[in-house]
Amino acid sequence: MSHDIRMQIAGNKRRDRCFAAAGLVAMAFAVLILLFLLMTLGVEGGRRLSWEFLTSYPSRVPSRAGILPGCIGTVLVMLVTAWTSVPLGVAAAVYLEEYAPKNWLTAAIEINIANLAGVPSIVYGLMALGLFVYQLHLGHSILTAGLTLALLCLPVVIIATREAIRTVPLSIREASYALGATKWQTVRDHVLPYSTGGILTGVIIALSRAIGETAPLITVGALSFIAFLPTSPVTAEPPFLSLRWLLDPFTVLPMQMFNWVSRPQEAFHLNAAGAGLVLMSVTLAMNGLAFYIRYRTRRRIQW
Amino acid sequence: MDRTRPAPSTRDQSPPQGRAADRATRRPESGERIIEALLLLAALSSVGITLGIVGVLLYESAVFFRQVSPLDFLTDTQWTPLFADAHYGILPLLAGTLTTTAVALALALPVGTITAVFLSEYASARVRETVKPFLELLTSVPTVIFGYFALLVVTPWLQHLWPALPGFNMLSAGLVIGVMIIPYISSVSEDALHAVPAHIREGSLAMGATRMQTAVRVVVPSAVSGMAAAYVLGISRAVGETMVVAIAAGMQPTLTWNPLEPAATVTAYIVQVSLGDLPHGSIGYQTIFVAGFTLFVVTFLFNVAGYLLRTRYHRKY
Repeated sequence: MSHDIRMQIAGNKRRDRCFAAAGLVAMAFAVLILLFLLMTLGVEGGRRLSWEFLTSYPSRVPSRAGILPGCIGTVLVMLVTAWTSVPLGVAAAVYLEEYAPKNWLTAAIEINIANLAGVPSIVYGLMALGLFVYQLHLGHSILTAGLTLALLCLPVVIIATREAIRTVPLSIREASYALGATKWQTVRDHVLPYSTGGILTGVIIALSRAIGETAPLITVGALSFIAFLPTSPVTAEPPFLSLRWLLDPFTVLPMQMFNWVSRPQEAFHLNAAGAGLVLMSVTLAMNGLAFYIRYRTRRRIQW
Repeated sequence: MDRTRPAPSTRDQSPPQGRAADRATRRPESGERIIEALLLLAALSSVGITLGIVGVLLYESAVFFRQVSPLDFLTDTQWTPLFADAHYGILPLLAGTLTTTAVALALALPVGTITAVFLSEYASARVRETVKPFLELLTSVPTVIFGYFALLVVTPWLQHLWPALPGFNMLSAGLVIGVMIIPYISSVSEDALHAVPAHIREGSLAMGATRMQTAVRVVVPSAVSGMAAAYVLGISRAVGETMVVAIAAGMQPTLTWNPLEPAATVTAYIVQVSLGDLPHGSIGYQTIFVAGFTLFVVTFLFNVAGYLLRTRYHRKY
C-alpha cells in the first residue's frame, strides 16, 4: 500500500520534472530563434554594410546599390506619422480617461479601438488607397504613406496613453481641483506631465512598429526602385521651408529590402540582409530607448 | 491687487500662468467646453477609421459584385482575374491563407502555451522579468525580416531534409509565421495565468499536487478564457500576415491544402496586384478590395470573439 503511494508520488514528480524541462526547451526555442535571426542578419548584412551602402541609390549592379532613398523616405514618412498620430491619439486617450461619461458612445469607441488594433495592416493600406489616393487625390505620396501609418499607430498610441494616464493617482487630480483648477487645467498641468514618460514609451514603440510596416505602403504605391530624393524641406529662398516633399513619390527601407529579397540573384539577397540589419538596428534602438524611458520614469516618480 | 504686490513677485509669475488663471476666473465654461468637444472629436476619429475601412471595402466590393455573382465568388475553384478566361473564386486564396495559418498554429500553440505555463508556474520572478520583455521584443521585428528569414534561411534548411521541396512553399512561410506569433500567445497567456489568484494555486499544492498537476488541472482551467483570447489574437495575426507569405509562399493561386506546395494567400494576392500597375476602376483593381474585405470579415470575427473572451475573464476575479 505505502509502496504504491510512494511509486505514485515518484511518478508524479518525474512527470513534473519532464514538464519543467519541456517548458525550458519551449522557452529557449523562442529566445534562441530571435538570437539566431539577429546573428544571421548580423553576419550576412554585416558583410555588405558600409558608408557607401548607406549613401548610395539603388542600382542594377548589386555591389553598387545602396539604401539612401529608403532611409530618407522612412524618416520623412515617420515625421508625418508622428505629427498626426501623437496629438490625435493623446487627445483621444485623454477624452476616454478623463472626460468620457459611462454611456453607449464611450463603450462603442472603446470596442472600436480594441477591434482596430486587430485589423491586419494591409487592410489599412486598402482603405488608404481608396480614400487618400483616389478620393482625396493625395497621390502615391509621402503624405499618403505617413497618414496610412498614422492610422495604424493610432490604436497603439491611444491604448498606451490611457495606461499611462491611469497610473496618475486620483489624489493628484483632487488636489488640483481643491485649488480651484478646472478640468482642462488639471489635465494639462498635472495629469499629462506626470504621464509623459509612459506616453513617450508607447509612442516610441508604436513608431518602431510602423517603421517596419511594408504591406500597407505597397498598396498605397511605394516605389521599389527610386533614384532620386524628395524635394528638400529646407530651401535657399525665403521662407526657407517647403512642404513640397509631402507630395513626392517615395520608397521606404523595408520596401527596398522586400524588393531585393524578391530578386533571384544572390548578390541582391546580401543587399537585403544589409537593409534588414539597418532596419533591425533602428527598431531595437527605439525599443531600447522606450525601455530606458520607462525605467527612468518609474524610478523618478514615486507616489 | 497686482499693484500692491512687490515687483519681484510679479516677475516671478510667468505670463502664461497668469493669463490662464485670468481666463479661468472670467469664463471657465466656454473654453472648457470647446476643449472637451475637441477631445471628443479626436476619440471619434477612431470610429471614423473603422467607418472609412468598412465604407471603402464595401463600396469597391459592391462594384465588383455587380459584375461577378457572389455564388461564383464563393464556389468557383479558380482565381484568375487577370487572365483572358477570368475566374473569380476566392477559395484558392482562402485555402492558402488557412493552410499557412494552420502550419503556424501547429507550431505556435504548443510552444507558446508551454512557454506561458513555464514562465507563470515554474520560472523564478527574475527569469520571468527577463524573458518576457525579450519575447515581446520579437513582436516588433519587422515582418519583412521574417520573410527574408523564411525564404533564405528556413526553406534551404528544409530542403536539406526534403530535397524535393520547391523554393516557394507554404510550410516554411507557415513555420516562420508561427515563430512570429509565439510571443503574442505566450505573453497574453502568461498574463491570464498570472491573474489566477495565488490562493487557488496554494490550495492545490497543499493537497499534495505537483506543480504540473496544479498547472494543468487548476490554473489553466481557471485562465482558459484569457488563454483563448491569446489564441484568437495569434490566429488573427497569422491570417492577416502579409510579407512573410508574399516573400516565401509563392504568388500562384492554387487550390491546395498541401503545405509542401507553393500557393498564394489572400494577402499575397493583394501585394502582387499592388506591385503591378492596374488602372483605377478596372475589375482587377476591385478584386484586391474584395480580397481585403474577405480578410477583414475573417479577422473581425476572430477579434470580436477575442474581445468577448477577454472581457469575460476580466470580470471573473
